[in-house]
Amino acid sequence: MADLAELTIADMSAALAKGETTARALAETFIGRMETHRRLNAFITETPERALEMAKASDARRAKGEAGLLEGIPLAIKDLFCTEGVRTTAASNILDGFTPPYESTVTANLWKAGAVMLGKTNLDEFAMGSSNMTSHFGAVENPWKRQGDNRKLVPGGSSGGSAASVAGRLAPGATGTDTGGSIRQPASFCGIVGVKPTYGRCSRWGIVAFASSLDQAGPFAHTVKDTALLLQAMAGHDPKDSTSAPLPVPDFAAACTGDVRGLKVGIPKEYRVDGMSAEIEALWQRGIDMLKAAGAEPVEVSLPHTKYALATYYIVAPAECSSNLARYDGVRYGLRVPGKDLPEMYDNTRAAGFGAETRRRILIGTYVLSAGYYDAYYKKAQQVRALIARDFKQAFERCDVLLTPTTPTAAFAAGDKMDDPVTMYLNDVFTVPTSMAGLPGISVPTGLDSDGLPLGLQLISRAFDEETLFRAASALERAAGFAARPAGF
Amino acid sequence: MSIDVDTVAKIARLARLKVPEAEQPQLAKELSGILTWIEQLNEVNTQGVEPLASVSDVTLPMREDVVTDGGIAAKVLANAPGGAVYLEPGDHSVGGFFTVPKVVE
Repeated sequence: MADLAELTIADMSAALAKGETTARALAETFIGRMETHRRLNAFITETPERALEMAKASDARRAKGEAGLLEGIPLAIKDLFCTEGVRTTAASNILDGFTPPYESTVTANLWKAGAVMLGKTNLDEFAMGSSNMTSHFGAVENPWKRQGDNRKLVPGGSSGGSAASVAGRLAPGATGTDTGGSIRQPASFCGIVGVKPTYGRCSRWGIVAFASSLDQAGPFAHTVKDTALLLQAMAGHDPKDSTSAPLPVPDFAAACTGDVRGLKVGIPKEYRVDGMSAEIEALWQRGIDMLKAAGAEPVEVSLPHTKYALATYYIVAPAECSSNLARYDGVRYGLRVPGKDLPEMYDNTRAAGFGAETRRRILIGTYVLSAGYYDAYYKKAQQVRALIARDFKQAFERCDVLLTPTTPTAAFAAGDKMDDPVTMYLNDVFTVPTSMAGLPGISVPTGLDSDGLPLGLQLISRAFDEETLFRAASALERAAGFAARPAGF
Repeated sequence: MSIDVDTVAKIARLARLKVPEAEQPQLAKELSGILTWIEQLNEVNTQGVEPLASVSDVTLPMREDVVTDGGIAAKVLANAPGGAVYLEPGDHSVGGFFTVPKVVE
């Protein structure tokens, strides 16, 4: 058997089915790689004992002929998903000492499909960030480096640990969550595939909440088909999340045909933003050409409110964040810092428990929701959000899928863009509009920039039409033939 | 919109978040920067546009009014900061309490 860490999830499943390897051997391989590459700081909590236990149970199920869709596949889990009996931190000090007595629906679905947990991955605190620099447990290092430059680069965020663990082959697949780009942007920065499904496709139950009208779980892997397999296991209606859609889960892997003949691919003209690098622009054009050569028909479309999506997001998301994070008061669980009276205990606990970016967003959210400002900010943002959603609806009358860059730049150096919060926010300029409209998006690694860093392109489809997304993404993946990998991994 | 240190202190109080006085000027500057940037939304004509609170157009479903959970007192009490407290220390089947600091006068 070749090096197990080199296999795709689909290949692992085939090898397991043929008896060429075991869940135990796979778990041991990746446990070894997690240990070797600890300097990436991709994991907050490694769970090797649990991985070996789950692998043993998986091998036993297979021996009985009871193999699930992801039987024996080891996975890394973003530390925003509650995992029963395993510390869950959201990368925040405020959840100090919290061990969930329950399992999130998405992870429960994965374990039901036979997957094995390797550990809990690092992230921006409460999933707020685009660099993984805001984690209480320290920054994550991107396995990729610029050619001839040894400076550490960020993996993107917020699901930075998940993306870095897959890119460095510390895990063959991982879960993430995406509120404004937190799966697609790190996937692009790390040269892997990342999917944000339609809002409502995956249950949010048991995922630590950031902005409830936007949060959605999704997978990372090396290939489009692997992400399709993972999403298939993660998705599905859950009565415990009233926004989870009561719809059957299609066979996403079967949709990965790459057959885009006659498919209309919309190219939104407003995504040609000022200051976009010539390399990204060229990559985008190559993507258009690739899909055209595969039989698709590019059409120019307009999404006129694109430029307002980020500002809208930075009202809606902090507003929801300030409400959601009000529950962390030091009373019932997590960190508690004493004070002379109850209000001071609240003040002290929350000041010590939340990091700078989380505090900023709580304050912004509190401000825009406060008396006298609600209409000017929050209501206005919800109205612009309606216009953004309408733009997409109208564009999809003329096309089946949209193709855009995932990010305006490749991965940047750790510590860059930290002086001004707005500069950091601009990272999500191409991913936020999709989130505001609740639509599914995928980032596919498509090329390298002149520094040798990966760049991704994003495909966006209609709500609950992930099949078209996977079909088009497979065509892009095949044509791009992205085979580069980070040195030393 | 420019936010001054008094406003920072006020919203920090509303958010139950202690912000030391020394940090207030820097925060006022950052928050002002963010809010000024956000004000570009004023360019958008939103007259008559219905605000969109959620993209999910699923109507909240009804379900049978039956017990779907229960019998997990030990799990519920597992994270209680004061630990689980039982009326009869020897009997964990009844009377488990989740203890917290005093929050009402």
